[in-house]
Amino acid sequence: MRSFAYQKAADPAAAVQALSAAANDNPLTEADAQPLAGGTTLLDLMKLDVMRPRTVVDINPLSQAWATVSLGNGDLRLGALARMSDVAANAEIQQNYPVVADALKLAASPQLRNMATLGGNVLQRTRCTYFRDVSYGACNKRNPGSGCAAMEGFNRTHAVLGTSERCIATYPGDFAQALIALDATVDIVGKSGKRTVPFAELHKAPGDTPQIETTLAAGELISGFTIRGRWPRSVYLKARDRQSYEFALASAAIALDVQDGTVRDARVAMGGVATVPWRAGEAEMLLKGQKLDDALVQSVADLAFASATPRRHNEFKIALGKRVVARALHQAATMEI
Amino acid sequence: MDDNTDPRNPSGFNRRSFMAGAAGGAMIPLTARALTQATSATPSSQDPSLPVDVTLRVNGEDKSLNIDARTTVLDALREHVGLTGSKKGCDHGQCGACTVLIEGRRVLSCLTLALSAQGHDITTIEGLSDGAGLHPMQQAFIDQDAFQCGYCTPGQIMSAVACVREGHTNSDEDIREYMSGNICRCAAYPNIVAAVKQAAPAMLSGEQKG
Repeated sequence: MRSFAYQKAADPAAAVQALSAAANDNPLTEADAQPLAGGTTLLDLMKLDVMRPRTVVDINPLSQAWATVSLGNGDLRLGALARMSDVAANAEIQQNYPVVADALKLAASPQLRNMATLGGNVLQRTRCTYFRDVSYGACNKRNPGSGCAAMEGFNRTHAVLGTSERCIATYPGDFAQALIALDATVDIVGKSGKRTVPFAELHKAPGDTPQIETTLAAGELISGFTIRGRWPRSVYLKARDRQSYEFALASAAIALDVQDGTVRDARVAMGGVATVPWRAGEAEMLLKGQKLDDALVQSVADLAFASATPRRHNEFKIALGKRVVARALHQAATMEI
Repeated sequence: MDDNTDPRNPSGFNRRSFMAGAAGGAMIPLTARALTQATSATPSSQDPSLPVDVTLRVNGEDKSLNIDARTTVLDALREHVGLTGSKKGCDHGQCGACTVLIEGRRVLSCLTLALSAQGHDITTIEGLSDGAGLHPMQQAFIDQDAFQCGYCTPGQIMSAVACVREGHTNSDEDIREYMSGNICRCAAYPNIVAAVKQAAPAMLSGEQKG
């Protein structure tokens, strides 16, 4: 790990000031100043020499203001510094947003969930081995223009959706799939004040610039998330190599609004298979106004993966992903609420 | 056994003190580099190459340290406070061997900066017992033969204590899920589950009384 200057931010303005002061022209993920919350991604990647901040701004003192969780007016408001374990254990969230509670509960380990914050969780970096191991020269995300070692390398865990010729690294998170499925919004604080954007606009697909992962500007911080309405009929299903404590090979975040057997609204998002949090909007349209049966579920799953582009080792993710979507739809449709 | 009274090693020279000496030696070039940089680099509000003062509250005692800003809680405990119970397995938050309690919550000390942990109560395996014998979880690990090599055991025990307090001991499945952050290469998992089951009632009744 390289040396860094450590600062504790007393309030949001100080945090933004400290992060902006050390800003440079690098993409945000490589900026000279990095915020430290749970530290579970940042310190890991600093030890690997993947991230090399010169200044680390500890934003944990902002927890008082930014760690609150509230359900009011039918909306769920989640502070960015709330810890994953606390939100997963919240009985009201388990009851009204099971897809949120389960996405958090099925991620990482109890220790990591006690540390990691919601804001940091959605910004976690890919687990692509070629990104994490600096001995590989070719990584367009780490070293723009250097190529992508994963294209012809071991790409069993890589993405089949949202890929480009420059990068096939999988977005690793679970919670983000719940947020994108439920049309969450993100509150952002920066130099020029506050702004709120749809969660779907936070992450950027790799395209020609895989080093740019989000639409956050230098010095900007996520302060919280909002989900409108309640989604008691929702599930998060995660398929992985181990039963626990492992990233998704394929996952599905499903939310349904069913009235008298007819689907009024449906949300389908997938994890472990795409380069960014992924919503299957066209597949959702198939469900609306319909009665759920096996044939329809299969059509939805097929359409969700219609644009998938596999590489040598990850073609299985298409079949696995479809089955995960189908099973999660069945689970959501039949769950007791 | 006290390291310095080992009858096979009358010199008092042992592996741990050798390792500590070697680690001290390794500090010399680092310090030399720090001094060079301090004089040649442009001074900033905080020169990152200089050590910082950190006070950690470990097992109820304040420990004042002068350490590199990069030092994790794990390295601070092992290399500076002298508490080597918390183990360094992967050093990347993947194995759980370094698990300690901060403000009663189980966390990974290898991914926590000592600087961030200031002002918080840190409990390590050395501070788990109240002094009147072993903690019920430590005793249960012995009774149930819940380890072979023992390297992951301090982390397993700290995690298991938190697992019980969090209320995740309702079934074997529940225990396995909530102990999944602690890897055991000897695969003592069935015995670890048995140990957690043994200690849970004793811990819960003891803590209700206490």
